[in-house]
Amino acid sequence: MPRTYLTRSAPEVGETERRRWMFRHPLVIRIAHWVNALTLLVLLMSGLQIFNAHPALYWGKVSTFDTPLMSMASSEDDPPKGVTTVLGHAFDTTGFLGSSTGADGQPADRGFPSWLTLPSEQDLTGGRSWHFFFAWAFVLNGLAYLLYGVLSGQLRFRLIPSRDQIRHFGASIWEHLTLRFPQGNEAKRYNVIQKLTYVAVILVLLPVQVLAGLAMSPAMDAAAPFLLTMFGGRQSARTVHFIVANLLVLFVVVHVALVLLSGFWNNMRGMLTGWFVIERQVEPAPVTDRAGEAA
Amino acid sequence: MIRLPSRRSILLGATGALGATVLGGCDRLGEMGWFKRTLATGEDANQFVQRLLLTERTLAPEYAEADISPFFKPNGTEDPPDKAYKALVKRKFAGFQLEVGGLVEKPFKISLADLRKLPARTQITRHDCVEGWSCIGKWTGVPLLELLQRAVLKPNARYIVFHCADTMDQGEPADAEATGGAEAPVANPNPNMTKKAAGADATQDTGDRSDEAPAEEAGTAEPVRFYESIDLVDAYHPQTILAYEMNGKTLPVAHGAPLRLRLERNLGYKQAKYVMRIEMVESFADIGEGKGGYWEDQGYAWYAGI
Repeated sequence: MPRTYLTRSAPEVGETERRRWMFRHPLVIRIAHWVNALTLLVLLMSGLQIFNAHPALYWGKVSTFDTPLMSMASSEDDPPKGVTTVLGHAFDTTGFLGSSTGADGQPADRGFPSWLTLPSEQDLTGGRSWHFFFAWAFVLNGLAYLLYGVLSGQLRFRLIPSRDQIRHFGASIWEHLTLRFPQGNEAKRYNVIQKLTYVAVILVLLPVQVLAGLAMSPAMDAAAPFLLTMFGGRQSARTVHFIVANLLVLFVVVHVALVLLSGFWNNMRGMLTGWFVIERQVEPAPVTDRAGEAA
Repeated sequence: MIRLPSRRSILLGATGALGATVLGGCDRLGEMGWFKRTLATGEDANQFVQRLLLTERTLAPEYAEADISPFFKPNGTEDPPDKAYKALVKRKFAGFQLEVGGLVEKPFKISLADLRKLPARTQITRHDCVEGWSCIGKWTGVPLLELLQRAVLKPNARYIVFHCADTMDQGEPADAEATGGAEAPVANPNPNMTKKAAGADATQDTGDRSDEAPAEEAGTAEPVRFYESIDLVDAYHPQTILAYEMNGKTLPVAHGAPLRLRLERNLGYKQAKYVMRIEMVESFADIGEGKGGYWEDQGYAWYAGI
């Protein structure tokens, strides 16, 4: 496959033009992105359903029922209170964690509320069916993405910071914090923080999540005992699986927020059609213009 | 003056409505037969791949004495209410005989005392509940292989079915579901598999109350007893034993006395307690609801390696 599309542009125009089109996301990456988004959403919600079957986390090989790292429960009060205990500290989480209103309007004794779980009612076997099917979809999609990414050079181009980017790491952090997004040529590639975040998510968090999931399987623990060594036991693996799921949620929240802040329609068009508009590099000028440019 | 809703409240409302619609749609989708079958291919794939990765000899991890859980959580039935079972408990299983039959050349019955004379295996293993928790325990019992070799399987024997003493459902008419509508059955508030056997009361006192509420008389239809099935791959596995001891003591009632299956590369729900009879079959389609086990009939996958 030719590698020219990395910088493939619509009719070549000078930098003096105000807007410039760039073909940013090849089809495989666009498909992989949306399949990934869907599978992660289903995996999260069906995962919370599975978690609800025993809403407590432990560290090590086994469950120490009296001393969980974290647990959710409902109290004996009427109406019941939801109590979430983290490292021995109890928090009142009524209505959200531990006890929440079910579909029938009655307070239900459940870890996560019904609007966050799939299926919405308490249904461990349904949750497992969803989870495993979408886990396979997620893994196959991820492998296709990685294979394509490596062979096409996209992975390297997108994810590995170049030397100049590493040199200007500090400046890049400052730009991020002040929500000033790169323009002109700089906008053709991901900035260094983007790249490192994607590396962390794609090459660390997601693979760890799969391995931690596998480490919970008694058959996998027989076939690949290193999984237990890696996480320090099945219950630790379950806790890691939960924490990584939370980190992925955090990533998605920040990701979506930045998509909104850095030009929602341009970003969406980019990930749907591949075409992305790069604004001309502007001189440090009055900031008042920025509000109007979305129109 | 009419107050127009703010853009934010419209957006929030729309997002909420969309979310609720999608969620409701997913719930309905999950109840449709074709979609259920599609989702189930994920679990079929688990079985296919895990069976490729595991050889017949691949052992589940074994642990040290120091790792044994001080409290091992009993689950499922903890005290079968059945009259016949309670009578066995009263006599400390003196009259108990395990039945081995079905598609075998030499069916036989064997007492607990004679089972203990057969070669035994002791293993300290981790018990993983489908709910998510784990406990480590030490199990001693007779390898299933020993019994199968004595019985001599017929060539068409493909599955081993474990018939258990504990009644799970009384088989009463399902009147709760017939009302429907607003009185739709409330979701089981207890999501996990802790299922008090029907008619069981809270007391752990097995001896004195055996004359009360005999299970067999409560229901009109045939009561459903626990059963479970495994295939020959798992049956011949060296760690597959019928345990009569737990943590060096006689297996307690809460953990399945007199005999419980240990199937170490599988989740807890496959590990049948209160085993009374084992039967070799070609197919389990005509047993129970045909899915191969009590929990399978409730929707759980027959293969429980993950």
